[in-house]
Amino acid sequence: MEKSYIVKQISIFSENRPGRLAAIAGALRDAGINIFAFSIAEADGFGVVRALVDRPDEAHRTLTDLGFRVSFTDVIGVKMRDEPGGLSDIASILGDAGINIEYAYAYSGRDGAVLILRVDQVEDAIRQILGRGGELLKASLSG
Amino acid sequence: METIRPDELADLQLKRLKWSLHQAQKVGLYQRKLKEAGVSPDDIRTLDDVEKLPFTYKKELRAGYPFGLFATPLKEIVRIHTTSGTTGKPTVVGYTRQDLENWSELIARNMTMIGLGEDDIFQNAVNYGLFTGGLGFHYGAEKIGMTVIPSATGNTRRQIEMIEDFGVTAIHCTPSYALHIAEVAESMGKTLDSLKTGIFGAEPWSESMRTELERRLGVKAYDSYGLSEMYGPGVAFECPERDGLHIWHDFYLTEIIDPKTGERLAPGERGELVITPLVKEALPLVRYRTGDVTRLMDDGCSCGRGPKIERITGRSDDMLVIRGINVFPSQIEHVLRALPEVGEQFIVYIDRVKHLDEMTIEVEMSRAGFSGELQDLARMQKKITGELHNTLGLRTAVKLVEPGSLPRFEGKAKRVVDRRGAI
Repeated sequence: MEKSYIVKQISIFSENRPGRLAAIAGALRDAGINIFAFSIAEADGFGVVRALVDRPDEAHRTLTDLGFRVSFTDVIGVKMRDEPGGLSDIASILGDAGINIEYAYAYSGRDGAVLILRVDQVEDAIRQILGRGGELLKASLSG
Repeated sequence: METIRPDELADLQLKRLKWSLHQAQKVGLYQRKLKEAGVSPDDIRTLDDVEKLPFTYKKELRAGYPFGLFATPLKEIVRIHTTSGTTGKPTVVGYTRQDLENWSELIARNMTMIGLGEDDIFQNAVNYGLFTGGLGFHYGAEKIGMTVIPSATGNTRRQIEMIEDFGVTAIHCTPSYALHIAEVAESMGKTLDSLKTGIFGAEPWSESMRTELERRLGVKAYDSYGLSEMYGPGVAFECPERDGLHIWHDFYLTEIIDPKTGERLAPGERGELVITPLVKEALPLVRYRTGDVTRLMDDGCSCGRGPKIERITGRSDDMLVIRGINVFPSQIEHVLRALPEVGEQFIVYIDRVKHLDEMTIEVEMSRAGFSGELQDLARMQKKITGELHNTLGLRTAVKLVEPGSLPRFEGKAKRVVDRRGAI
């Protein structure tokens, strides 16, 4: 049950220098893969590009073939009210349940705002959010 | 002789060292060098006195071209080999009949050590001729009664047919030629089932190369070390433990020195290998600077033979001095190769920032090394820095880079870029 809400994020190792994001994005464009959301985390001289895409397996294969280091990371996507308090609602549910958010990023699309979360206890987080009336993205993002 | 007691060995070495110095005194170069250093062979009373003797450099051998360093008249010399002489004149090495006998004895010892004998069929797939690897192994193998095939190099398909048709059990060649043989054999659909032993030398090769050669050729691979100035191959050789090479202390007196200062280093410390041959008649040498970097392994070997040297991975000319600490690029390579998170390539940059040397190492990540989490990358970076610090005693900056982003090299890899200008 909870498993169907675990979304595969692709994480790509990238050096912190001009042109790297362009190379990744260009490769996905050429493969006809759509990016719903993405973020960049950076450390000392390198970073990780994180993205939700419509066809994660194909994106993984395409980028790996080009020599990128890619891996999948389990995340969840929570629908947010696009108005004051939307983020607070979700953060409170997790906070109350003692679930830690490792990182998060958000996008606002046709169907409203979505908060993408990497948490330490993913199945627990899914149960808590659903149990308190929250709405989650299905793992099958395509379409 | 191979498992001689340490005190008996020391007595023998000292006796032979004295003999060797008297032999060297027949050469003009050594008469001059010993005089300049103010020592005579009679001043050598213990093995430690060898430190009083001057070093011999490769350029001095070249300057003696062709026969200037021979200690015996030409009529007693029965063979000549030369080194390639890529920079200037070649080095000429002469052998008396006894020298050839000594040399075969060494090769025979090495091959016996790894279990080869009269039941083996041995293909010697190296260049016969002036290169010492051909005839050197040839006579050593005959000495222990192996069936020797002097196949030399070239015509790889024919080499493979011989391995198969003659049931060859042991092969000697360079590691790169061995890989070529493996490739051609695979393309011919041959599995070379009779091959059991591979002896590889004459160029540096890594542990990962060993794994690949063993997998593709179905052999147990052994490292062989030698240099023409010390007869050729046979100076040191791996035993079945394959953890370091046994150097033959009754034939060669070894020291490890700091290549910059010339001072002798303690057992276990890494530096330049200096060899004084103890039985050479035609070309005696005193404290010869091999230029090869290794260390004396003082922790003994389960086979009971004498102290080993570590596999040679670098040249002393490559040594860097960073904030006063000696660093060999091979040490960095050792550390990085042992880490599964590290990919194929790395480059070391050295800069001087505010009068301080800074070493930055760009490291390509391996496929295994990426979990997708930033904190794992940071942890990996810290681990690499920590391992390097343990080995080098130096703080370095490690930069993780994408696989395939560092330059590849066709021939000898250039992994160090020293950007410190003249002071």
